[in-house]
Amino acid sequence: MATTTITSRQRVAGWLDERLGLSSLKEFLSHKTVPIHSATMWYYFGGITLFLFTIQVLTGILLLLYYRPTASEAYESVQFIMTRVRFGWLIRSIHSWSANLMIFTAFVHMFSVVFLRAYRRPRELTWFSGIALLGLALGFGFSGYLLPWNTISYFATKVGTDMASAVPVVGSTIARFLRGGEDVGGATLTRFFGFHVAVLPGIATTLIFVHLMLVQKHGISSPPWVEQKTGGKVPQMKFFPNFFLREMMAWYAALGVLGSLAAIFPWELGEKADPFASAPAGIHPEWYFLAPFYTLKLIPSQVLFVEGELLGLFGFAVLALWWVLLPFWATNPKGEERARLVTGAGVALLAYLVTFSLLGYFR
Amino acid sequence: MDTGRRGLIRILLGTGFSASLISFLYPVLRFMDPPAVPEASVNEVSAGKVQDLKPNSGKIVRFGSRPVILIRVSDTDWRAFSAVCTHLNCTVQYSEQRHQIWCACHNGTYDLNGAVVSGPPPKALEEYAVKVRGDEVVISRHA
Repeated sequence: MATTTITSRQRVAGWLDERLGLSSLKEFLSHKTVPIHSATMWYYFGGITLFLFTIQVLTGILLLLYYRPTASEAYESVQFIMTRVRFGWLIRSIHSWSANLMIFTAFVHMFSVVFLRAYRRPRELTWFSGIALLGLALGFGFSGYLLPWNTISYFATKVGTDMASAVPVVGSTIARFLRGGEDVGGATLTRFFGFHVAVLPGIATTLIFVHLMLVQKHGISSPPWVEQKTGGKVPQMKFFPNFFLREMMAWYAALGVLGSLAAIFPWELGEKADPFASAPAGIHPEWYFLAPFYTLKLIPSQVLFVEGELLGLFGFAVLALWWVLLPFWATNPKGEERARLVTGAGVALLAYLVTFSLLGYFR
Repeated sequence: MDTGRRGLIRILLGTGFSASLISFLYPVLRFMDPPAVPEASVNEVSAGKVQDLKPNSGKIVRFGSRPVILIRVSDTDWRAFSAVCTHLNCTVQYSEQRHQIWCACHNGTYDLNGAVVSGPPPKALEEYAVKVRGDEVVISRHA
C-alpha cells in the first residue's frame, strides 16, 4: 500500500519535473550554501523583509476589496473596513504594522550589510538595488500614509510635498506632479493611491527580482575577519533544507510578532481630514521620517544667504548620495579596505537616526 | 524508534502547519464576505408632478436604492412596479407601442398588472401603490 503511494507521488513528481524542470532547480539548490559564523543570524533579516513585503501585498489586495480612493469616501471606507467588515480591523492593522516592521527590518538588513562588509566587490550592484528598495519602501510608506485621509496623514502629506517644492528650478513641478494640482486634495489621494497600488509595486517587484538574482549570482558574503580566521574556508550549511527551514522559523517568529502587535495595538484611524481645519498640536510624521523632520526643525529659516529648508534638503541629498556610493569610498585607491571609516560612518549614521528620531518624537 | 520519532515530528509539524493555515485563512475568508449594509428604510417617495408624465408613458423612479417603474396608463390611471426584471435583474422599461413593460436584456414582457406575458421571467413584478396628492405623484409600498 505504502509502495503504491510512493510510486504515485513519484509519478506526479516526474510529470511535473518533465514540464517544469524541478530536478534542475533541486540540483541548483543542493549546491547553494550559507556561511556559518557568529553573525549568521543577521542573514535572516533580508528574508524577513521580503516576507513582510509579501504580507503587505496580500493584505493590501484584501483592503482593495473595500477601499475607495476619493476624498469624500476614503475615510468612510476605512472606517467601514474597521467597524463593519469581519476581521477588517485586524487586516488593516496587520497591513499598517507590517509596513512599519518591514521598514525597520530593511534598515536592520542595510546596517548588517555595512557592518558585515557585504557591500564589497563584486556586490556593489546588490547594494545599489537594496538601497533603491529601501527608498521604495519609504515611498510606499509615504504614499500609503495618506490613503485613510485622516488629519495626521493629510498634514504630513502637505508638509512632505511642500518640501519637494523647495528644490531649486524643478521643485514646484515636482510638488505639482506629486499633488496632482496646486494643493493636497482629492487629486493627490487618487494619485497617491495609483503610486501605492500600481506604480511602486511594479518597480519594487522588478527590483526585488534583480536583488535576489544578484544575491544568487554572487552567493552570500562572509565578513573579512571570518575569512581571515578560517583561511578562506568558511564553514557552510546547505541552503536547502538547513538554512531554508531556519528562515521559515524566522518568518514564523516575525509573523507571531506582527500578529501580536496588530491584535494588541490595533492601528488607529484618527479624525477625518479637513482641509480647512488647523493642523493639530504635536503633529509629526511616521517614525522613519522623524530624523529629517527634526533636523529641518533645528535649521534656522536663513543660513547666510541660503534658505534653511533648501540647505537641509541639500544636506540630505549629499548624505544620501555619499551613503549610496559607500562601496566606492570603502576602499582606498590602492584597493585596501577603509574598515574603520565604514564602521565609524555606519555607527555615526545609526546614532544620528536613533537620536534625532527620539528627539523628533518626544520634543 | 527513529522512524517513530520522525513520525511524531511529522505529525506535530503537519498539525501545527495546518492549524496555522486555518487560522490565517479563516479571517481572510470572513473578510472577503461583504457585510450586509442596512438600507435606509424607504416607504414612500415623490415621483414628481402629474404634468411631468404624459398618458401612455413611463419613467424610472429611485425608491431607496431600488428602481421602480411608474406608468401613467391614462389621465387618472397610474401604476408602479419594481423595475427589476425577475429573470436576471435587468432594469425594465415601458413600451408605448405595445402598452407593456419590456425587458431589453432577454425580451421578457409583463402586462400592466406586472404579470409575465412572454419571455424568460419566472414571476410577476412586485407592485407598488401610487397616489396623487394635489399635483404630486407619490409611490409607496403596498401595505
